[in-house]
Amino acid sequence: MSEDIISEIKKDYICALVEKGEREDGRAFDQYRDISIENGVVNKAEGSAYVKIGGTKVLVGIKIQPGEPFPDTQDKGVIITNVELSPLASPTFEDGAPREDAIELARVVDRGIRESGALELSKLCIEEGVKVWMVFIDVQVIDYDGNLIDAASLGAISALLDAKLPNERYELGKDVPVLVSDLPVAVTAVKIGEKFILDPNLDEEQAASTKLTVISNKDGGLAGMQKSGADTLSPDEIYHIVEMACKTAKDMRKKFLE
Amino acid sequence: MSDKTIEFIEKGRRLDGRKLDELRPIKIEVGVLKRANGSCYMESGGNKVMAAVYGPREVHPRRMEDATKAIVRCRYNMASFSVEDRKRPGPDRRSVEISKVSREAIEPIIIKEHFPRSAIDIFIEILQADAGTRTAGINAASVALADAGIPMRGLVSACATGKVGGHIVLDLMKEEDNYGEADVPIAMDVQNDKVTLLQMDGRLTQDEFKQALELARKGCKEIYEMQRQALIAKYTV
Repeated sequence: MSEDIISEIKKDYICALVEKGEREDGRAFDQYRDISIENGVVNKAEGSAYVKIGGTKVLVGIKIQPGEPFPDTQDKGVIITNVELSPLASPTFEDGAPREDAIELARVVDRGIRESGALELSKLCIEEGVKVWMVFIDVQVIDYDGNLIDAASLGAISALLDAKLPNERYELGKDVPVLVSDLPVAVTAVKIGEKFILDPNLDEEQAASTKLTVISNKDGGLAGMQKSGADTLSPDEIYHIVEMACKTAKDMRKKFLE
Repeated sequence: MSDKTIEFIEKGRRLDGRKLDELRPIKIEVGVLKRANGSCYMESGGNKVMAAVYGPREVHPRRMEDATKAIVRCRYNMASFSVEDRKRPGPDRRSVEISKVSREAIEPIIIKEHFPRSAIDIFIEILQADAGTRTAGINAASVALADAGIPMRGLVSACATGKVGGHIVLDLMKEEDNYGEADVPIAMDVQNDKVTLLQMDGRLTQDEFKQALELARKGCKEIYEMQRQALIAKYTV
């Protein structure tokens, strides 16, 4: 993510370890840190999820309210995703307008939810051309220890599963759970030397030259991808990551979302 | 991506008569700007793109300097009149993301170590947009860098592939982009067969993604050849 400080010696150490097939914290290359998800942590939000992946913590809140549809999609609800890299989460995060890291992160989380068809936007129409549900997915980063994309994406889908349409507040009937039609899971691999590891911690993320996020669906198909970072990947490396990511996503989906 | 039904492909031909693996016509002009160190004007289908390179030059603000290599900055911008509904001028979230991924697509081929403490600035202006502006911008920027005489490991060539009407196709046009099933923009260092930009949205199986990447490889090769010819034409006396 942001320009962080990592000493050359630390970087060399991490790269040398990975070269030997090892990681600082003893994990296998495709092994995540401990993951925990807690739902319903914010009762003012329509849905919420507090996700921890190792030392990384994010809180995702869903707010849902009626609003006007976009002119070109009169019968469809609206998804708006935002990420706050709060200064409380890292010495390198600064106050102020979101910078490119935060924007990219929000757009990748959004891509996962949108392109997977997790939300059927036509089911979020209240009155065509007049009123639709606006679903705000807001990600608050609480503690930054690497791999924000996977944590934020997992938080977003988990919070949606927890969310209710607030019909009562707007006199539209009874509150009902938000219909979630797919369960996209983002898995990010980073390149260290010539090797690829999943779920990098902060040091590993900073030692990495590039990363690829692969978002896959319940049926094992792909719903989104994003390469981030200024290094190259060969086609074979990409296929390797896609395969590893889809397999891991399946396990995570089963364990945390189904 | 919408569920609107259009027949995208009939008898192996697309809405504009192209074959599935065919690029739109491309026009490349090298060195079209007077003030920039390097520049390129490119048309690809209905896209009209101008790219300029300034540098290597002093870094402002100074604190961004790197004592060991040049820094690369990139700004992708869409003119307000380049799209159907006027775009509000200035960077929006989409163009901030595209600026970032475009920079990262181009950076790996620049030999930055030659220019410590300096900046290489790339400016991409989309004058007319017709799907695939980010890849057109990267293609133009790559040629502009060569025109600026910046030492590079190769050229970056970019194109999008996607899925429309159940078929994997090369270089999506506007309708295919809007109503197709998936869009995969890819940039490559063709000579070294390395991918420098990869994004995807929409739905693809793993096999379809492989097909899409293989098709992009072919598309990038064709674009690379055109970029090369444009540079040779400009610099052959």
